[in-house]
Amino acid sequence: MSTVGTSTVETVIAERKAAGSGALVGYLPVGFPDFQTSVDAAVALAENGVDVIELGLPYSDPVMDGTVIQKATQAALAGGFKLAHGFDAVAAITARTDVPVLVMTYWNPVLQYGVDRFSDDLVAAGGAGLITPDLVADEAGLWLAASERTGLDRVFLAAPSSTDARLAQAVEMSRGFVYAVSTMGITGARSDVDTAARTLVARLRAAGATSTCVGLGISTADQVREVLGYADGAIVGSALVTALADGGVEAVARTAAALAAGTRLTSSST
Amino acid sequence: MALRDELGPYFGEYGGRYVPESLIAALDELDSAYQLARTDTAFQSELAQLHATYTGRPSIITEVPRFAQHAGNARVILKREDLNHTGSHKINNVLGQALLAKRLGKRRLIAETGAGQHGVATATAAALFGMECVVYMGEVDTERQALNVARMRLLGATVIPVTTGSRTLKDAINDALRDWVANVDSTHYLLGTVAGPHPFPVMVRDFHKIIGEEARAQVLELTGRLPDAVTACVGGGSNAMGIFHAFLDDPDVALYGYEAAGEGHLTERHAATITRGRPGVLHGARSYMLQDDDGQTIESHSISAGLDYPGVGPEHAWLNDIGRASYLPITDDEAMEALRLLSRTEGIIPAIESAHALAGTMKLGRELGPDATILVNLSGRGDKDMETAGTYFELFDKKASE
Repeated sequence: MSTVGTSTVETVIAERKAAGSGALVGYLPVGFPDFQTSVDAAVALAENGVDVIELGLPYSDPVMDGTVIQKATQAALAGGFKLAHGFDAVAAITARTDVPVLVMTYWNPVLQYGVDRFSDDLVAAGGAGLITPDLVADEAGLWLAASERTGLDRVFLAAPSSTDARLAQAVEMSRGFVYAVSTMGITGARSDVDTAARTLVARLRAAGATSTCVGLGISTADQVREVLGYADGAIVGSALVTALADGGVEAVARTAAALAAGTRLTSSST
Repeated sequence: MALRDELGPYFGEYGGRYVPESLIAALDELDSAYQLARTDTAFQSELAQLHATYTGRPSIITEVPRFAQHAGNARVILKREDLNHTGSHKINNVLGQALLAKRLGKRRLIAETGAGQHGVATATAAALFGMECVVYMGEVDTERQALNVARMRLLGATVIPVTTGSRTLKDAINDALRDWVANVDSTHYLLGTVAGPHPFPVMVRDFHKIIGEEARAQVLELTGRLPDAVTACVGGGSNAMGIFHAFLDDPDVALYGYEAAGEGHLTERHAATITRGRPGVLHGARSYMLQDDDGQTIESHSISAGLDYPGVGPEHAWLNDIGRASYLPITDDEAMEALRLLSRTEGIIPAIESAHALAGTMKLGRELGPDATILVNLSGRGDKDMETAGTYFELFDKKASE
């Protein structure tokens, strides 16, 4: 794993791991249901046990997202979301909390904004780095250079179907953490987090990963606890978006707190 | 290197693979299978046999002198892909990919469709090979192409109306990609155009290049020389790549792709991706696309559902940039006028998509004059467009439409 500079995200995850548990990563999109509420909701994540915020930028063609997140980001776009609001949101959130903010974005908006300009503006806003669901390291030349220059984290995805060579590449190129895709699929709550995740995390460790978070399908404290039994972090998205859609910031706070219970040691932890 | 030898994954700065990591293994598997198949005589002869006994290949060429009077009296020759089984060029690619899917042991085909032609072709291949078939189609398109929805269902396919985003072709592709990510072990995504991540652009082109190879020989035999220009409509660009490819290294043959300009390429309602777009990443590849300043995809518009797409294949983007092919806009009205003209002068009702190529040919013929020969890819027939044409030309009796 690349260690140029010190990754706050990696440090936070390592501290949680050292304390005997692991990190909770919480996703919410900017601009849903409106800009200010999305900022307040992200801050509420930080205040209720979320260790790393994954802030999504709404995009017209989100192929990795299930219906819950699609609906939310589509509503944000219909509500007038502009890319500039993403930086505003990062600045507003990081002004109110020390919890690191990673931006989750599909690649074309970054490309159109200009990869270097995007990186500089993200640094200026206080962002920690990028999670790029449709950018594999093979196509990431511009981003690798920009993140080296700025020290931003770069989180690449690893999948159960990835070859050992590709897992090694994801580990080598990622900084902050490697995003282990729990199942062959898209975002959305699932009753079972795939056993494939456990195998994938073991393979990533064998490839040298020291910071691995599991995402897709995690929606309960029990699932968080189960995942933290073998991984360094658990990523929750759709469950938080559903809470925000149904019950506003208060519901997000409650859901985050409930999920965070899964990061605490209990008798049922494995 | 000859232009015809480009094998991807990049065409200049275009192409590549901008997809979730979960799909990389499937794309690698497909690429390997395709690399074997393209030189495997058993595969090639099985496909050739299907084309001879099922598709109806070789498709004929037809010279259209009465139509040509409206094209500067240039010599106009149509490549009749409209006569293929299922009514368009789409079957060429579908049979090739379905055979590959069979080799890969996949029992389930999924596809996106806009006008429904590719969905019908995929449903046809699935029926022929005894495979399960799921077609994603934007809800807007299922309404305006209800007949093709019925055709697909009659062929045994499941048609899923896509209700997200703009509810058109681009969103159907998104949903097909999501399905593929989740079911990649059992499923082949039978992408219908020369777009998407590698190997799709090069593979789909290769399955369609038979169009140009046949036509090049047929025109040589008929006229004793190569045509001065080859024309085709361009949405994603599969029929255009199919007919262009054999001529890429014939420097005296000009290549023209006609994009759908909808209500005009200077209005906001068009699908003229190369004319008005700029490079970006959409649906797994870097190419020209219609997008706003933030890189959000802009919805396209065309009277032709098959051209109503805000992206274009990466090889076209490259051919444009190196100046080998020219891409020009044709409006809805120009295309519909050409559709009516070919129907009345030659007794051939073209698809509205193909009518864009005809409209472009009319302009081009007037520029080149009577000494020129123009080969046009008549990529599909117009049966599916009767509802649209009937409304456009007010052909329905008031009573019957009530």
